[in-house]
Amino acid sequence: MRDFVSARARAIPPSGIRRFFDIAQTMEDVISLGVGEPDFVTPWCVCEASIYSIEQGSTAYTSNKGTPQLRGAISRYLDTRFNTRYDPEAEIIVTCGVSEAADIAIRAVTDPGDEVLVAEPCYVSYTPCVSLAGGTPVTVPCRAEDEFRLTADALAERITQKTKVLIANFPNNPTGGVMQEADWRAIADLLVDHDLLLISDEVYAELTYDGDHFSPATIPELRDRTITLNGFSKAFAMTGWRIGYLCAPPEIAAAALKIHQYVALCAPVMGQIAAYEALRIGEAEKDGMVREYRLRRNLFVDGLNKLGLACHVPRGAFYAFPSVESTGMSDTEFAEALLREQHVAVVPGSVLGSSGVGHVRCAYAVSRDDLKEALSRMGVFLDR
Amino acid sequence: MDEKDRILLQLLEENCRTPLSELAVLAEMSEEDARDRIGRLEAAGAIRRYGAVVDWERAGDGNVAAVIELKVSPERDFGYDRIAERIARFPQVRSLRLMTGAYDLQLLVAGPSMHEIARFVAEQIAPMDRIRETATHIIMKTYKENGTVFAEREEVERLPYSF
Repeated sequence: MRDFVSARARAIPPSGIRRFFDIAQTMEDVISLGVGEPDFVTPWCVCEASIYSIEQGSTAYTSNKGTPQLRGAISRYLDTRFNTRYDPEAEIIVTCGVSEAADIAIRAVTDPGDEVLVAEPCYVSYTPCVSLAGGTPVTVPCRAEDEFRLTADALAERITQKTKVLIANFPNNPTGGVMQEADWRAIADLLVDHDLLLISDEVYAELTYDGDHFSPATIPELRDRTITLNGFSKAFAMTGWRIGYLCAPPEIAAAALKIHQYVALCAPVMGQIAAYEALRIGEAEKDGMVREYRLRRNLFVDGLNKLGLACHVPRGAFYAFPSVESTGMSDTEFAEALLREQHVAVVPGSVLGSSGVGHVRCAYAVSRDDLKEALSRMGVFLDR
Repeated sequence: MDEKDRILLQLLEENCRTPLSELAVLAEMSEEDARDRIGRLEAAGAIRRYGAVVDWERAGDGNVAAVIELKVSPERDFGYDRIAERIARFPQVRSLRLMTGAYDLQLLVAGPSMHEIARFVAEQIAPMDRIRETATHIIMKTYKENGTVFAEREEVERLPYSF
């Protein structure tokens, strides 16, 4: 029998974390700072509305691009919250999480031979999605000395004749870095000069702690060369519902919709109803969770720095990204030894891109008691 | 009161034994600042006292509690305040509120037995001037108290790693 696995699928590197998974599975008392998901349960008002809708028999397909109610609510939310205006009929598609939104956005705009810039370190799916679409991923480093912002200089160095798209995620997983308006203005000039498209994954937008989130699509020159991605998982603690969305100018949205309707048909209706409720009545609970993340950030980053693990103050998302260079260990060695000896799970930064080397990602989306326990175990680990 | 005071109050309400050093880190201020602010909030009466949320049943103390509704005739010039003041002095009365609706005052009363509570209501509360009617509801089970859920839920398993 021949090997049926495609060359493209085979070329995707295996997950750099599989081994850690297996080690953690053998332990009873792991404190996991390895999960990029809120520890909160979805606000009860949201769950209740979804349960009721199931009782009423809302179990069918919806319109491919999502229910009109949800798209309308998303459009109003983006306008009031981030100052971006998208037409709910022609410019918004509800997707199965932001993961799907990223995939269809990339596929809608990438041709074989196109170079797609990916700001690193970052969430692990962009690069393989670009490869699967036949494009060539080219990474752009964001460095600790720049507070992990994307700089015009770093970007300019990587732009070639073949460059077509830039993918960026701010507030950033795994660094917690954010981009202010001035940072984006510098990038905007390059995007316009080289006629590039921006895919901006803003799933952590609500989790911005010092000042407001800035959405690059609010820059007029970028409005029609930006695909904005966002979703409900992080802000409303709704990871398992799988609801994200893509916003783009009509021609690009129409292209992405063709892909979406063939691969997903529509996002799950229960999730869409829940998401609508989240926007309608979930704001207070969301704000409460954001306040709690900020407290945890303060506690955890202070603790890391006291332990001698230099960590910039992450201004968004729920990740701390300390350097482990002072320990003399590589990030992978550090993460593995910490897991084996003290049962604390963190993600080695090198898994999240070459510019993450020497750092580890710690998700502080766990209780403050767990964070204190993790810090104390890390203290024991470093003193050994 | 500003946003920082609000954060301190929430943290203390959640756990009043949180060390000052930790409060300062959490609320992004110096320890001196935290100490001053808490002192001011105490002096202003925003912080009434520090206590624990006790699940007495779990602690092994079979205390009984009841919610008692009172219909009261208000007094000229004083309304309900004077009678409420008198009722509040009984140590058995854990909380006391003036309500809108079918009755006026609501008491939470705790005692060692149902019999004790019944006697307290019959002998101390009901005969007071201006009390027109009482209704006693025994609390059968407490599910949530001051924002704390007492029942233990099974923890949902989370993956140890995700991106």
